[in-house]
Amino acid sequence: MLQPITPLAISAFTATSALGRGLDAHRHALQEARSGLRANDFSHAALACWVGRVDGLEEATLPVALAAWECRNNRLAWLGLNQDGFLAAVHAARGRYGAARVALLLGTSTASIGATEEAYRRLDADGGFPDDMLRPPIHAPHSLAGFVADALQLEGPCLTVSTACSSSAKVFASAERMIRLGLVDAAVVGGVDTLCESVLFGFNALELVSRAPCRPFDRTRDGISIGEAAGFALLERVDAAPGAPRLLGYGEASDAHHMSTPHPEGLGAELALRDALARAGLQPAEVDYVNLHGTASLKNDEVEAALIARGFPPSTRASSTKGFTGHTLGAAGILEAVIALLAIGHGLVPGNLGGREPDPACGRQFAWRNEARAVDVALSNSFGFGGNNACLAFARAGRCA
Amino acid sequence: MSGLQVCVQGIGVWSPQLADFAALRNALQGQPAAPAAAHPPAVRLPANERRRAPQSVLLAIEVADQAVAMSGLDASALACVFASSHGDQPIMDYMCAVLAGAPAELSPTRFHNSVHNAPAGYWTIATGCHAPSNAVCAQRASFGAGLLEAACLALADARPVLLVCSDTAGSGPLAEVTGCSAPFACALVLAPQPDACTLGRLDLHLCPGSILDASPAPPVLADWVASSPSATALPLLALLAQGAGRCRLMAAGSLGMDVHLEECA
Repeated sequence: MLQPITPLAISAFTATSALGRGLDAHRHALQEARSGLRANDFSHAALACWVGRVDGLEEATLPVALAAWECRNNRLAWLGLNQDGFLAAVHAARGRYGAARVALLLGTSTASIGATEEAYRRLDADGGFPDDMLRPPIHAPHSLAGFVADALQLEGPCLTVSTACSSSAKVFASAERMIRLGLVDAAVVGGVDTLCESVLFGFNALELVSRAPCRPFDRTRDGISIGEAAGFALLERVDAAPGAPRLLGYGEASDAHHMSTPHPEGLGAELALRDALARAGLQPAEVDYVNLHGTASLKNDEVEAALIARGFPPSTRASSTKGFTGHTLGAAGILEAVIALLAIGHGLVPGNLGGREPDPACGRQFAWRNEARAVDVALSNSFGFGGNNACLAFARAGRCA
Repeated sequence: MSGLQVCVQGIGVWSPQLADFAALRNALQGQPAAPAAAHPPAVRLPANERRRAPQSVLLAIEVADQAVAMSGLDASALACVFASSHGDQPIMDYMCAVLAGAPAELSPTRFHNSVHNAPAGYWTIATGCHAPSNAVCAQRASFGAGLLEAACLALADARPVLLVCSDTAGSGPLAEVTGCSAPFACALVLAPQPDACTLGRLDLHLCPGSILDASPAPPVLADWVASSPSATALPLLALLAQGAGRCRLMAAGSLGMDVHLEECA
């Protein structure tokens, strides 16, 4: 039986997605029930679908000293780091603890594969990468974390977690373990994924992409909309930031079922949820809001709706926010953790945008429209290919005092 | 800072020259290595899965199975951490080439096999494992960073953990920037407490800023270390073959990690 963990403070956090740059842009879009999805104007070859694209990324630049890391994914990472005073918060933590005592744990599904795709589109006469793309670090999945370590001048443990769509949820678990074991005093966690041909045409080949804006938990849903996002959070012991919201717990589990289809009874998801509640010392009825994985794929939503219906009372509210942002893949964990923290901070349960005709599997827990109510405890679900499941539990500071 | 102490319960190795850990021990003693199979046998996978599985999965499953068999532990209950610096390079090469020409022809199976956690997915499916599984990377430091992550999981949750670190050879134009000339895979089963099956105890200490003096491999292994980022595990694997000693690994791009291997009484 798992023992409850000592909660950690989330002393700074931020997100950038199709909803805009930083926390205020996300809060406003959620309050106004305004989707960030648009008809696909990204891929080189035409693909009829909708995407959650971040505006202005093409014009965003990296500082000269970081130019070797230039690529769309690292531009989005830098844009994200520059919101909500996050850079200053990390610099302060680095000053307080030392650069080697702050871990950097980032999730991504495809990192800067978009740059490798571009190199293949522009192979030189000898069939090799063009000179400007001969930058080995951006053609590896650690590109994102390598860039951010350089940008933040951190020298502690630095790891990329790449478990598809649960990546940037699992980094919270790795960070908690490192802080609990005394390896570090703080951790920067988060994740970034950007639109690229691999995921647009890959999910299209799997027939998982909707031609229309995604409709999570709708009876007529027919697939996902892919988005891009960057998000970051700074975790410290509670005494460093007593008023900050808390990471209460997490759970991780495997389906052991199929590479690209969830377990039909949601076994891995249920184990991750159970472990998150156990580590947080929570009963289901104490959970005010669950931000669902809710991709709008046929199978995920069916399985997850049943999981919520059998696991929680109607007083627990639940919704997917993929209709706002699209499925941001490896960045979904951190983006939706930030949305859960906004729900706690502003008493806002976001409505399940895009779901007009509820799937019969959905219980009374579903918030189909925005609800203003106090949220003291919020969960966030993230499930990935390979049957990789994670669940995070967050709370308002005062609640667990 | 006090170090992390974890016990090694099982070891797996595979490369074109090394069929298993015994072959590594023989090579270190100067005995001519028996040639390994052309492909890792990966017998843990059902035959139909084995035919379809990509190279990255065959490599990882082969060494995972070796290490778990040596440990005597139940694979279905083991948490696991799969590290790889580059994932499946033949698939990355295939995908980038198709996307540059005829993106609508992309194979759905190769796409779902391209995720970095494909080996973790195939392994948990093949073993019926519902425990936490992870897939990580850290450039040339993937083995050391994966070892740190696996040790943290073993100690924080007081449970044994399977660590796998593997890389395929480079493929196509991508090979020019990854510099992987040969496949290499290794695995360790780590436990928080020693028992009758313990092969040795690792004492891990982080050494900030000390990457330049990472341990050289024994001379006989130097070419292999240069051939794959996963082969940066060889200095530690050589210690395990010898029984005791110290080496230094990279735990991150600018973070060394001293590893002290002690025999368990």
